[in-house]
Amino acid sequence: MSIYTFGLEPLSCHAWNKDRTQIAISPNSNVVHIYQKSGKEWNKIHELTEHSGRITGVDWAPETNRIVTCASDRNAYVWTLKDGVWKPTLVLVRINRAATCVKWSPMENKFALGSGAKLISVCYFEKENDWWLSKHIKKGICSTVLSLDWHPNNVLLAAGSADLHCRVFSAYIKDIEEKPGPTPWGSKMPFGEVLFEHKECGGWVHSVSFSPSGDTLAWVSHNSSISVADGPRGKQVTHLTTDNLPLMSVIYVTENDIVAAGHDCCPYQFSYIGPEALGFVKKLDVPKQSSKGSMSAMQHFRNLDKKATTEEDHNEMETLHQNSITQLCIVEGPKTNVEKYSSVGLDGAMVVWTFKPSSLQ
Amino acid sequence: MSKNTVSDRFRKVDVDEYDENKFVDEEDGGENQMGPDEAEVDSLIRQGSLMGALQAVLKNPPINTKNQNVKDRAEGLVLKVLSSFKSADIEKAVQSLDKNSVDLLMKYIYKGFERPSENSSTVLLQWHEKALSAGGVGCIVRVLTARKTV
Repeated sequence: MSIYTFGLEPLSCHAWNKDRTQIAISPNSNVVHIYQKSGKEWNKIHELTEHSGRITGVDWAPETNRIVTCASDRNAYVWTLKDGVWKPTLVLVRINRAATCVKWSPMENKFALGSGAKLISVCYFEKENDWWLSKHIKKGICSTVLSLDWHPNNVLLAAGSADLHCRVFSAYIKDIEEKPGPTPWGSKMPFGEVLFEHKECGGWVHSVSFSPSGDTLAWVSHNSSISVADGPRGKQVTHLTTDNLPLMSVIYVTENDIVAAGHDCCPYQFSYIGPEALGFVKKLDVPKQSSKGSMSAMQHFRNLDKKATTEEDHNEMETLHQNSITQLCIVEGPKTNVEKYSSVGLDGAMVVWTFKPSSLQ
Repeated sequence: MSKNTVSDRFRKVDVDEYDENKFVDEEDGGENQMGPDEAEVDSLIRQGSLMGALQAVLKNPPINTKNQNVKDRAEGLVLKVLSSFKSADIEKAVQSLDKNSVDLLMKYIYKGFERPSENSSTVLLQWHEKALSAGGVGCIVRVLTARKTV
């Protein structure tokens, strides 16, 4: 694993370009910085400044090389690279509250935007008028949409929201795509249809993720639990409560292995094999062996005097990240066999982790 | 000048009640929840079978009911059982509980903290320490995020 600190500000979100030589990050402000990798260092090469509110989501489409950003100013922009400069195009998302998250669809012909307006805006490009249009999904959503993830079939969309529900919607736009075939989640998929809904997830649903095949859906919620819904097996839901602080982000690294991270500043590995078979595997951040140097008697009594304790000074956390992890992202490897993934956190650091499948250990 | 400058009754109006988009929790029929069986628990305490009493008092938690009396009665009963344990036995008792019971115990502990009585805080703090080592901070997070609690 390698860690790189982008400054002192928390990193709200990040996204990689296709060959992972560039990374787009937002340091908790209304600007997106694009850094280029050179050796072990990262150099800032672009600044995307169009938003007036804090940036809440960034996504970089690998094939079409477009970046979509969304912010608390209720806007979203699609950026295209022209002559070495990123040019923004405003998207008419028509929301009256802040946008919270944004994700390109697998085929990159549309993107979904979650917002505090209790709706999801699915946006696509209309060639005739040369602008981005949006359609709204509102059915059943009673509070802010906190997270989104696309199914590999480019039509189904999972959404976790603050109304303690996790849902799978259809985001089928007949103007731009063919009718999708049936999936374990359902066969009739008109736009906005709810194909799966889990109520009472225990807490705000911070992150959702479809498995590489799209058959299972994992989500993490604020009551320190992780859950998986099994599409083919009757959409049965399995919960697992953890003893740690709530998790904020979850990704699938193989068809059965899940990595999640959150306020504990450390990624955890879980595995899902079937209904009721969701288990914790291990902590993925092995704490560095803190060098316990011998303390002199003088130091001992000084500690006792100043801090009323003889323990060593623990100013740093044992984990690589010194503050909560906000987002996980796949870096290397196909979705079915991820080799590397990255995490960004409130400590301003980005860590690239290597994932070793259990069978090889 | 406006008509009504004397009365400030308008300040006490709960505006959230009139908000048509107000978030309402799902209603879950909890009218029949009576809480743990008082007679059963009392008899187990008298017999000295404290582990059994603990198991019994953690059954049927009045989570869904809106009846405050049932909740208060349940809390009082739990407190009685927790106080009758010797300090040395607390750890073993907590170990014997499964994950959901530890979460439920933690909910009762925090409920007990809300209204401290004579000796209750000491007892509750001892139990809190052992429950924390069994359930971790996740257990406490679930107490905080639970929309319906004891």
